[in-house]
Amino acid sequence: MNKIVEARFLAPEVKLFRIEAPKIAEKRKAGQFIILRVHEKGERIPITIADSNPADGTITIIVQGVGKTTRLLNTLNAGDSILDVVGPLGKPSHIEHFGTAVSIGGGVGTAIAYPTAKALKDAGNYVISIIGGRSKDYVILENEMKQIADEVYPTTDDGSYGFHGFVTDKLQQLIDEGRIIDFVLAIGPIPMMEAVAKVTKPHNIKTVVSLNPIMVDGTGMCGGCRVVVDGKAVFACVDGPEFDAHAVDFEILKQRNRVYRNEEQISLHELECNYDKMFNEELKKQKEQ
Amino acid sequence: MAELTPKERMAIPRHKMPEQDPNERIKNFLEVNLGYDEETARREAERCLQCKKPACVAGCPVSVKIPDFIKMIAEGKYKEAASILKEDNALPAVCGRVCPQEEQCEKVCILAKKGQPVAIGYLERWAADWERRTIGLQIAETKPKTGKKVAIVGGGPAGLSCAGDLIQMGHDVTVFEALHEIGGVLIYGIPEFRLPKEIVRAEVDGLKKLGVKFVTNYIIGLTETVDELLQRFDAVFLGVGAGLPYFLGVPGEHLNGVYSSNEFLTRVNLMRAYEFPNADTPIFNIKGKTVVVFGGGNTAMDAVRTSLRLGAKRAIICYRRTEAEMPARVEEVHHAKEEGVEFMLLYAPVELRGDEIGNLREMVVQKMQLGEPDASGRRRPVPIPGAIETIPVDVAVVAIGNGSNPIISSTTPDLKVNKWGNILVDENTMKTNKKGVFAGGDIVTGGATVILAMGAGRKAAAAIDEYLKNPDIW
Repeated sequence: MNKIVEARFLAPEVKLFRIEAPKIAEKRKAGQFIILRVHEKGERIPITIADSNPADGTITIIVQGVGKTTRLLNTLNAGDSILDVVGPLGKPSHIEHFGTAVSIGGGVGTAIAYPTAKALKDAGNYVISIIGGRSKDYVILENEMKQIADEVYPTTDDGSYGFHGFVTDKLQQLIDEGRIIDFVLAIGPIPMMEAVAKVTKPHNIKTVVSLNPIMVDGTGMCGGCRVVVDGKAVFACVDGPEFDAHAVDFEILKQRNRVYRNEEQISLHELECNYDKMFNEELKKQKEQ
Repeated sequence: MAELTPKERMAIPRHKMPEQDPNERIKNFLEVNLGYDEETARREAERCLQCKKPACVAGCPVSVKIPDFIKMIAEGKYKEAASILKEDNALPAVCGRVCPQEEQCEKVCILAKKGQPVAIGYLERWAADWERRTIGLQIAETKPKTGKKVAIVGGGPAGLSCAGDLIQMGHDVTVFEALHEIGGVLIYGIPEFRLPKEIVRAEVDGLKKLGVKFVTNYIIGLTETVDELLQRFDAVFLGVGAGLPYFLGVPGEHLNGVYSSNEFLTRVNLMRAYEFPNADTPIFNIKGKTVVVFGGGNTAMDAVRTSLRLGAKRAIICYRRTEAEMPARVEEVHHAKEEGVEFMLLYAPVELRGDEIGNLREMVVQKMQLGEPDASGRRRPVPIPGAIETIPVDVAVVAIGNGSNPIISSTTPDLKVNKWGNILVDENTMKTNKKGVFAGGDIVTGGATVILAMGAGRKAAAAIDEYLKNPDIW
C-alpha cells in the first residue's frame, strides 16, 4: 500500500499523483518507471516516474486516463492508497553532454520527457523543449519545463496555443533555421515518435524514444514487452524502455500494442456501467485502511 | 490389528489417485487429482516395507524421512506424520503435488523392482492436507533466537525452503519478492488445476507463523542492491529463479497471439485472466480456437491444458523429439492426453504467419527424425528434407525454457556468473564468490524442478547457519 499525498488534474483526464514510496524515491533515476496495481483483481501497468523527492520519500507520476486501470487510478485522491507500487524499473536514461538537446513531449509524454530533460540540462546541455498537445488544455508542464530548459515551445494541433502544428513541424522548423541539434529525445504516442524519427534520420541526429509496450511483471520474466530494435528482439522492461529511434521497428510495436483492443473496450464498458458495484466497496475498504 | 508381514504388505496393490473426469475437468480450473481418503491413505501406507536402509530418503532432494512419516500414517498418527514431513520440507502439500516422485523417491522404492512403488507423493500430499484441513497448520519448534539476520531474495521454492530451515534454526529471516504475491513459479506458473493457490498461500502462512517476514513488490538489484542488503543483513541467499524466457527465433514470432509460457501462465494464474472482465488482465480470446504449445516439459503441459480450460477447440503440443525424450512428468503427459491434447511429435516450427492486422493465423512446421545422440545423450532431431507442413493456429505458446534474468548480475558486478548468466556457486555450500552471499535454484542450475530448487535452498540454509557461527571463514 502506497499512500497518495497529492493528486490534481493537469489537463482533462491527465492527473498528477505524488505517492509515498521512499525506497523508489531514493533509487530512481531519470527514464525509469514503476509498475502499479490499483485493486485486488487489477492489472499491472507501467508508468514512468516524472519526478522524485528523496527527502520526503515521494515519487511523482502523471497519468492519462485512457483505459480502465488509468481511469480508475484517476478517481483516487490525496489520502487514498495505491495497492501495489514496485520499482524503479528499466534502465535509466543515457545522459551525457551532447551539446544542444531537444526534448519533445507529446501529450502525457511530456511528463516522461521532463525528468530526462532535467538530467540533460544538469549534464550541461543546451535544452530546447517542445511540448505538444491537441489544444491548449493538453499542454502540460510548461512552467516546470521553463525552469529547466533554455527554450520552451508549446505546440498545439489546433493552434489554440503556442506554435500551430505538430511537434515535428516545430522540430523541422528548428532544423530548417539552421539550428545545430546534437540529440533528440522524443516521448509520446507511437505515431509521434515514429514521425520524429523520420525527421531526424536524414540529418543523422541521434534520437532516443521511450517505448510503452504492454507489460506484465516488468522484470524480464514474461517477455510480453518484447520490441524489435536493430532487427533483434529485446525486452523494453529490462533492456529499455529507451531505445535508438532509428533502429526501432515501429510497425511491430503498433501491432503488438493493438492486441487487446477488443478487451480494452469491454473493460472500459464494464467500468462505465458497473463502477459503483465493482469498485466502490473495494476502494472504500482501501481508503479505510 | 496384528502387524502385517512383508508378504502381506507386498500383496496390497498400489492405490490409484482419484481424479476429476477428463470431460468435466477441462471445463474448470479445479484440481484434477482429488487426493486419497483416510482409509485409502492408511492402506497405501501399509504397503511400505519400512526398509532398514531406505533408498527413498536418499532419492529425495530434501531427504524427507519417508518411511517414518508413512509409518505414522499407517498407525493413524497423522499429526506426527505431518510434523515429520515438515522437519525436512517447508512445503509438503506443494511437493506432494508437483514433485516428480517417479524420478526420485518412488523410482528407487524397493517395491518398484517387483511392481508398483509405494505412492510416496500421494501420501505426502495426504498428510499435509490432513493437517491443514483437520487441525490447521501446526507450528514447528524453532531453536532459540540467534540474533543473526538473513535476507532471502525471491519468494519461490528455493527461497521458501531456505527460509523455512533458517527460521527453525533461530535466525531472523526476511524474504524479498518482486511480484505482488509470494510463491514464485508456484503462484505465477503452475496452474490452479495442478496446484491450488490456496495451498501455496497456506504454506506461506505457515512460514509467516514461524516468524518469517515477507516483503512483496521489492526488487533486489533495483529497489535495493545486494551490497546494500549486506549492510543490514548477516547473510544473503539469492533464489531469484531463471526468469528470462527463450523464444524460438523464427519469423513471425512477434505476431499477436504468440506468448512465452511465462506470460501466458502469469496472465492466467497470477493475474486471473480466466475471470476477465471480472479481473482486469486480459488474454487472447481462445474460445473455439486452435492453440499450439511448443515444448515438451511440464510448463508446456501446463500451458496446453490451461488453453483447453480457456475454451480451445484444438490444443496441440508440438515437440521436435519423441515422447520418450519429453522432460514432462509421465502423469502430466497422461493427463494431457486424457483431456484431448494432440501431440505433434518430431515437428519443429520454422515460421509463424499472420493476417493483415498482425494476428497469428498459421504455423509452418518441419518434420524431423531422430539422428545421433547429442551432448545431452538424447538423440538429436534432424529435419527430413522437404517435409514441411502448414497448419492453421490462432495462438502459440513458446515453452522452451528460460535464460537467466540479468537484474541481479547487472547490479552486482563483482558476483561471478558463467557465460549464460547463471550464478557460480560451490556445489556443497551454495556459496558464491561474494562473502556472505549464497545462491541456489534455477538462477544457478538453469530451469529445473521445484524440488531441486528446494534442495538447493536447504543446502544453502545449512551452509548459511554454519557461516553465521563462523563468519570469518569463507
